[in-house]
Parts: sequence; C-alpha cells; structure tokens
Amino acid sequence: MLSSPFSRSVRLGVKSLFLHKLRSLLTTFGVLFGVSSVISMLAIGEGASEEAQEQIRQLGSQNVILRSLKPEEDPTSSQTTSATKYGLTWPDFERVAGTFPGVEGVVPIRNFTQEVRFEDKVLSNAMTMGTTAEYQDVTGRILHRGRFLGPIDDIKRNNVCVVGYEVARYFFPGREPLGQTIKIGPEYFEVIGVILPRVPIGASATSNAASVTVEIFIPIQTGISWFGSMNVKMNSGSRNIEMVDLHEVIASVKNAETVAQVAAASRTMLAREHPQNDYEVIVPLELLARAEETKRIFNIVLGCIASISLLVGGIGIMNVMLATVNERTREIGIRRALGAKRHHIMMQFLVETVVLSVGGGILGIGLGVLVPYLVEHYADMRTIVTLQAPFLAFGISVTIGLVFGLYPAWQAANLDPVEALRHE
Amino acid sequence: MISLNLGITQSKNKPLVVVAELDDVARIYKMGDTEVRALDGVSVKFSSSEYWSIMGASGSGKSTLLNILGCIDTPTSGAYRVEGKDTKSLDDDSLSDLRGSSIGFIFQSFNLIPQLNVLENILVPTFYRNEESELSIARAEELARRVGLEERLLHRPTELSGGQQQRVAIARALMNDPQIILADEATGNLDSHTTEEILELFSELHDEGKTILLVTHELDVGKRAQNILTLRDGKIESITEGNG
Ligand SMILES: Nc1ncnc2c1ncn2[C@@H]1O[C@H](COP(=O)(O)OP(=O)(O)O)[C@@H](O)[C@H]1O
Ligand SMILES: [Mg+2]
Repeated sequence: MLSSPFSRSVRLGVKSLFLHKLRSLLTTFGVLFGVSSVISMLAIGEGASEEAQEQIRQLGSQNVILRSLKPEEDPTSSQTTSATKYGLTWPDFERVAGTFPGVEGVVPIRNFTQEVRFEDKVLSNAMTMGTTAEYQDVTGRILHRGRFLGPIDDIKRNNVCVVGYEVARYFFPGREPLGQTIKIGPEYFEVIGVILPRVPIGASATSNAASVTVEIFIPIQTGISWFGSMNVKMNSGSRNIEMVDLHEVIASVKNAETVAQVAAASRTMLAREHPQNDYEVIVPLELLARAEETKRIFNIVLGCIASISLLVGGIGIMNVMLATVNERTREIGIRRALGAKRHHIMMQFLVETVVLSVGGGILGIGLGVLVPYLVEHYADMRTIVTLQAPFLAFGISVTIGLVFGLYPAWQAANLDPVEALRHE
Repeated sequence: MISLNLGITQSKNKPLVVVAELDDVARIYKMGDTEVRALDGVSVKFSSSEYWSIMGASGSGKSTLLNILGCIDTPTSGAYRVEGKDTKSLDDDSLSDLRGSSIGFIFQSFNLIPQLNVLENILVPTFYRNEESELSIARAEELARRVGLEERLLHRPTELSGGQQQRVAIARALMNDPQIILADEATGNLDSHTTEEILELFSELHDEGKTILLVTHELDVGKRAQNILTLRDGKIESITEGNG
C-alpha cells in the first residue's frame, strides 16, 4: 500500500487534489492550453516544412518552372464549343534556353490527353507527357528499368514511350514491360523504360484503373506530329478545344544563388509577352521560403499563446497552492509536531503542485494531438506530431509545477509550528 | 512473525532517569510595547516513567510549557534539556528528529489529518523517518487494535466519534515509540465516559514506562497523575502529589 516515500507523496498529493476536483481541474486549464499550443505549434510547423521539403524533392530545388494557365473564362461567351489558345509558346522556350544566363538545361513539356490501352486494359483521358531527354536530369527522376527518352527519339520522332511504375504494374502485371507495345490514341508506342514514382508508394499491385497514377512520357516531337497542338476536352456535354504550345517549361539553374535571377528574368519576360496572364512561375526555393515563413508565423503566434497560457497557468497554480497552504496550515503544524522537517513539507507541496501541472500537461497532450488532427482534416495542412512532443510537454509541465510551486511550498515549510497548530 | 515493541517490556520499577529538564525557562511574547511573560522562571525535572498533570487557570502558560517541552517552541531565556540534549544547540532538522523519535503529541482537538484514513493517520509519524514500511503497517494495525479501532482502519476521521478520534491520535502518538507523551487538554472535548476511557489508556501507558505530561484544568483529571504541577501567571505555584 505504501511503497517509496516519493510514490506515497504523489499518491497523497493526488488524493488531496481530488478533494477539490473542480478547483483542481480549472487550475490545470492554463497549463493544458499552454502545452497543447506547444504541441500543435510543433506539429503544424513540422508538417509545413515537411510538405515544403517534399515539394522541393518533387520539383527540384534548382529549377524554375513556367506553367501555362488557362485564362479566366469569358462569361459572356456561352457557346457549347469553344476554342482557346493560351499558354507558353516555343518562342518563350527559345528565350529561356537562349538568353537567360545561369540556365543549364531547359525542358519543354506538352501534355496530350489520349486514351491509353494495352490489350483489354484502358486508361481513358490519360495524360501523356511529351518531353525531351533532359527531363530526367532536370527533375532527377530515377529509372526502374530500361532507358529514358534519348535525343535521337525526338529527332527521328520515334514511337517510343517510358511509363511510370504504376502504369507498368497495371498494364503488365508479372510480365516484362520493356518491348511491349501500348496504344496511345490511335498510335502504337514501344515501351523502352519504366520510371520510379516521385514519392515512394505502397507495394500492393492495383487492378483498378482509377487509382493508377498515370505517367507516360513520349518524345515531344513525336507527340506533336501525331496529335497536333489541339487538345479536345469533353466537359459535361460541352466540347472544349484548347490550343497550347507548351504546358510547362522547366529551366534548371546552375546553382541556388541564380535561381532568383532566373525567376525574375522569366517573370519579366512572360509579363511582356503574355499580357493575358496565362502563365504561372513556380520557384520551389520560394515555396520553401514561404513554408518557412508560415512556420515562423505559426511559431510566433502559438508561441505567444503558449507562453501566456503557461504563465497564466503557472500563476493560477501558484494562487491555488497558496490558498491550499493557507487552508492546510493546521495540517502543516500537525505534521511538523509529528517530526516532519521543513524539506518534507516543502516536498509535499511541491509534489502536489507538480502533480497538478502534470495533470494539466497530460490533458494538454490530448488536446495538442487533437488540434493538429483537426487542422489536417479541415484546413488541409499537413501536420506531424513528433514523438518528442509529449516528452517536451511533460518536461514543460514539470518545470511549471516546480517553478510556480516553489514559493507556496517554501511558505508552507517556513510556518511556525505553534502558530500553525493554533490556526483554525 | 514480526516482533513488535509496544513499550510493554519496560518496567516502572526502573531507576528514574531525568528525561526532560527546564532550567529557569522564560517565554516572553512581545506585543508592541507590552511584554507577555507566558512562562517566567520555570525550573522543573521530569523523569522517565513519571505521570504528571499540569494545571492552572486559562492563560497561565500550560500550553506554552507543553510546546517548549515538545520542541515546537523554544524558550526566550533559560535552558531546556531533553534526553540530555540542550535544545539551544539543535537546529530545526534536529528538533524535528527529536520530536519524531522521542515525543508523542496528543491535542485537545484531536488534530487528525482529514484526507487520510485511520491507518494512514497512525502512520504519519513514520513518513518522516526512514523505516521499513511493512513493519510500520503491522505496528500501526497493532496499535489500532490496542485502542480498539481495528475495525475502522479505512475510515476517515470525520466518520469517527470524538473519543474514537482521540484514540487514533493516541495510537499515532505511540507510533514511533516515544519516551514522552504530551497531552494538551486531551480530554477537554470529550464527555465524562469517554474521558474515563482515555485516562485509562494513559494509566496503562504509564504502567508501561512512558513519561506522561497531561495538561488539564479539571481537578478530577489532574488528580489521576502522580505529580500535579500548578502554574499561575507563567510561574510554578505548586507541585503536589496526586493519586496516581
Ligand atoms: N503567540 C502568542 N502571542 C502573544 N501572546 C501569547 C501567544 N501565545 C500565548 N500567549 C500568551 O501567553 C500566555 C499563556 O498562554 P497559554 O500557554 O496558551 O495558556 P494556557 O494554555 O494555560 O491557557 C497567555 O497570556 C497568552 O495570551
Ligand atoms: Mg492551552
């Protein structure tokens, strides 16, 4: 029943706190909110930077990506068939490739929306990406087997393709993909390579076309010569014809320092050439900076909330403990008369304060895990609750208990026994 | 079996040893310009296995005397020696140790700790000594049996009558097997029947060799002791023999 003096102190501390359940609960709220703010803050910050790093991994930290954007629809033209020409052009590509200092490689990308078929398996409305040999280098993609598109494929307009790992697994389960022929639109293409996904995926093979991440690469010139520059999209009964030269141009830059220069030059150039604003410039390094900024703002805001809550919580705990010491003055006198030394009394009240704040801390861990979960769910932000967070929270609550419990405990320990015994 | 020392082995025929000795003790309270001499030049020796009652009018200094004897208060002047040690030379921790090992307090208002049950209350004095806890529990249960509360071990003080609470307090005072039992108006809040029971317990303890100092203002109660010390305005008025 009574084991070590310490566990007895904790047990008796919990017992006296339970005598005033509501008061104890209310007292812990400050620590509760403080601790949960700390945990949420860490989780949101961690999630934001993880997300940014993953984007960078996907897009390449030394790349500047120019992308075609469909301009805002004109609401007055309500035809069922509309043809729009927009986006990046080959001259844009030439300007980036030819005149921007610091640019090492430029990759054009043109998407073709076609039905893709192998035997009886169909990927309808699949996006096939027309690009050049440099794509692999610039994006840092890794091949699973075979080879990527080569310069000669583009020049000769070869009917070859590289497929994504998931596409290969869908079309050719248990078979060698290399050398197979798939049908893209009306044309036949030989599979010359399989490329690994950008982010690692699970091991389960999929037989469901909808869940396949479609990645098919063909030489851009081959694609243009077969499919032309018109993309026809069927959209709830209305036919949308889009004419886009290039969907994307990826410029790879020599080093991180020149990224900003190339980005600025691209923006200037595009602003001049595209007054209709049918493009966007994506700079992964800027994404990272933005993510860091988000993280910093979150840290400041939640850090303030956390500090204020913890301070207010600590003061609240101190206040309640002072009241407790006053209420239990007689008990202190009794214990002193029965042989308790000052440090015993000190310990008793310190333990009680720490139990109180750790109680708040534990509730706070619960809320601190719930908040990132809700943020992830409703605000569509990634959050990561690290394993260290609960330990940190525990440490914080113990510290709060010790710091704010010190004065009440000291006061209790220094009561005069005779006075204390006479206390009503 | 765990062997228990409940103090039964001591005999009252042992040669008398002075356990507590006051030498010209004064305790003065200063209230602004006025001084209250709660104790004034008190010299007296208490020996082992003696049963004393301390009497006197309200405000005559009985409690002050007992507090000094119990080492929770210190003389303003004069010397107090307990078990051969001069309390002046002891620091706060040593005085606490002395209280824990040699002195058992019993109060008028019982002074049990409300959030603890009977067993835990009896055990409180052991919390501040580094003792084997299983032995302590066995001893606490034995003491509870002795004061007739073995059925109430897990009850809270509020669930007990006054007499029962005072018996818990007596068991608690005996927990560390102290030489000296100090009781300040221990029967002051009890009816005559319960008072009789408690006094019976004190007589037993005295027979077992404890030194008992009992503060009371009731002559009937005081007469149960061997010696009656009467205080008046902080001075010893008389020391007479009782019926004990
Ligand atoms: N803390 C104190 N401050 C001032 N005077 C005190 C204090 N404690 C006791 N006294 C005074 O000392 C005297 C003796 O008190 P006390 O020992 O309690 O008497 P008794 O127990 O015999 O009734 C009284 O006059 C009382 O008012
Ligand atoms: Mg008194």
